[in-house]
Amino acid sequence: MKPVFMTYTKKDLINLAVCMVLSVLVIPTFITTEYWYTSILIPWLCLALATIGQQIVMGYTGQLALGAAGFMAAGAFAMFNLILRVPDLGFVGSLIVSGLIAAGFGILFGLPSLKVRGIYLMVATLASQFFIIWMIDKFGWFKNYDSSGIITAQDIVILGKPFTTPLAMYFVCLAVTTVLTLLAMNMARGSTGRNWMAVRDMDIAAESMGVSLLRTKVQAFAISAFYCGVAGALFAFCYLKSLEPVAFDIKLSFKILFMCILGGLGTINGAFIGAAFILLFPVLLNAIGNNVFHGAIDATIISSIEQVIFGGLMIIFMIYEPLGMAKLWENIKQKWKTKIPSSTNIKSSLSKKT
Amino acid sequence: MVDELLFFMEVLVGGLLAGTMYSLVALGFVLIFKASATFNFSQGAMVFFSVLAFCGFMQDFNIPFVLAFILAAFLMVVVGLCTERFVLRPLMNASEDTVLMATIGLGYVLEGLAQAAWGVEVRRLDLGIGDFPVPWIADNLKLFISALDITAGLVAAVMIIGLFLLFKYTKIGLGLRAVADDAGAASSIGIPLKHIMLLVWSAAGVVALVAGCMWGARAGVQFALVDLALKALPVLIIGGFSSIPGAIIGGLIIGAVEKVLEVYIGPFFGGAIEGWAPYVLAIFFLLYRPEGLFGEKIIRRV
Repeated sequence: MKPVFMTYTKKDLINLAVCMVLSVLVIPTFITTEYWYTSILIPWLCLALATIGQQIVMGYTGQLALGAAGFMAAGAFAMFNLILRVPDLGFVGSLIVSGLIAAGFGILFGLPSLKVRGIYLMVATLASQFFIIWMIDKFGWFKNYDSSGIITAQDIVILGKPFTTPLAMYFVCLAVTTVLTLLAMNMARGSTGRNWMAVRDMDIAAESMGVSLLRTKVQAFAISAFYCGVAGALFAFCYLKSLEPVAFDIKLSFKILFMCILGGLGTINGAFIGAAFILLFPVLLNAIGNNVFHGAIDATIISSIEQVIFGGLMIIFMIYEPLGMAKLWENIKQKWKTKIPSSTNIKSSLSKKT
Repeated sequence: MVDELLFFMEVLVGGLLAGTMYSLVALGFVLIFKASATFNFSQGAMVFFSVLAFCGFMQDFNIPFVLAFILAAFLMVVVGLCTERFVLRPLMNASEDTVLMATIGLGYVLEGLAQAAWGVEVRRLDLGIGDFPVPWIADNLKLFISALDITAGLVAAVMIIGLFLLFKYTKIGLGLRAVADDAGAASSIGIPLKHIMLLVWSAAGVVALVAGCMWGARAGVQFALVDLALKALPVLIIGGFSSIPGAIIGGLIIGAVEKVLEVYIGPFFGGAIEGWAPYVLAIFFLLYRPEGLFGEKIIRRV
């Protein structure tokens, strides 16, 4: 297809427009219950953003990392301290700087990736997870010497206007997620992304073709941690509305890993699909438990069943479709297209013959 | 001075013995890695699953100790059987990372099943061995060493020697090593791949059960066992993934270093550095000796 605007095809622009209309106009008009914003849409956007971070390092660069929640914690607490100590920076400025601080940690803990890969790297990134949480927990300065352990997040104020209603917070998350998603798509399409993928597919070959492993891997870790940091700050300020290191434990890292893998490795839309699935499925399961069995099943059993299903799905996807739900969606679309060829397809096939 | 030295010795010995507990978990990882070159991330979940089943049999059905242990071991063989049939066989030709991710999924399944069947509350496991200093050693050597630690050390030693002999001198062991080297070539000369896999996973399951009993007697049978098992990862990195002695040495190093650091350096940073110290130690090992102390050097070609 011919690019219409910069290197984007008509299809890309239509997709973007549809997404924007849906999220900016349709959702705010039709969804009025606060529950949807506070418990589903806002965490969905935040976690999808973190999953994009995980995608960059795992799906695009092929480095098995398991420390997303650690970087999220770094971002969240950096945000808290920046707003507290450097109020002149403003919300957006703090968000960017806290992302950069998380990126610093990403570089530090990404360095072992130059030497090791696979499970070895996973252990090295686990160090970041445990170290960052411990550091925040043990040094009172990060928590402003708050003894209760849970700190209330400050209100979001942008250009003097408070953003405290669920709808306003949703728009904040939406704006940040949109900008960063577009950036990630651009990076993935450009030379940056091609370098990442070259390293993923065969690092030695990539190196001998002149791709600097040091630069590419460290870059991927830094950008990934930046995304996780920003996502963590949003997660704490818009969703949790409080900061506590426990919220960013290893379980959250695993959750993001699941979102990334089930959604589809190496795809941006997979991050959104995976995050939606992991977030909505427990809600659905609880609803079934309450409405069909009328609470006859214990809540702990439901959460165990949910775990079994996630694990089972992971195995099934690894066996039948290692590229996850995004690929599944692609396959369905492809099948649909071959069944009912659209007019443009017929035209193009005709023009090829002549 | 003598008191300080004694205190240091006590910390060191306590750490070393606690390290054998890590070794027991790491042993399960090594068994599977040695025979199939797959990294079984669900080993921690297997520890949790097996010991919870063991407790469940004993406490919910009032089955006597020995019978419950045999039943739990049998259950782990069934788990091994199902894993081979439904996870490993379909993934025979998949890449290492894919299998690794599938075992993460398997871990989730096992954790969920265990909790659905036996509940989420912490259970006490009484092995009849107290977690308190042995009076005889305390009197004669002035060292306070827990009886449970000593038992764990002995159990680990017996298992290591047993497994080592199995790998080195039996026909099964030879088959295991052949499969690990090249599964395709091994099956083409008639080594039954299915049986080997089943055997290895069952053995890893029983090792997990033993490790779970030791950990459960100390910290209670609870979900935190899964996280504890994550600490077996640095042990493996230090010892090497495919070496049984490596698992032991790695465990000892991690146990000792962790305790000594915690006691002597921890107070300067507010304590609880045990949580991450093993992983950072593992990173340093990775930078200088990525294959571990006893591992085989991996050479990758384009």
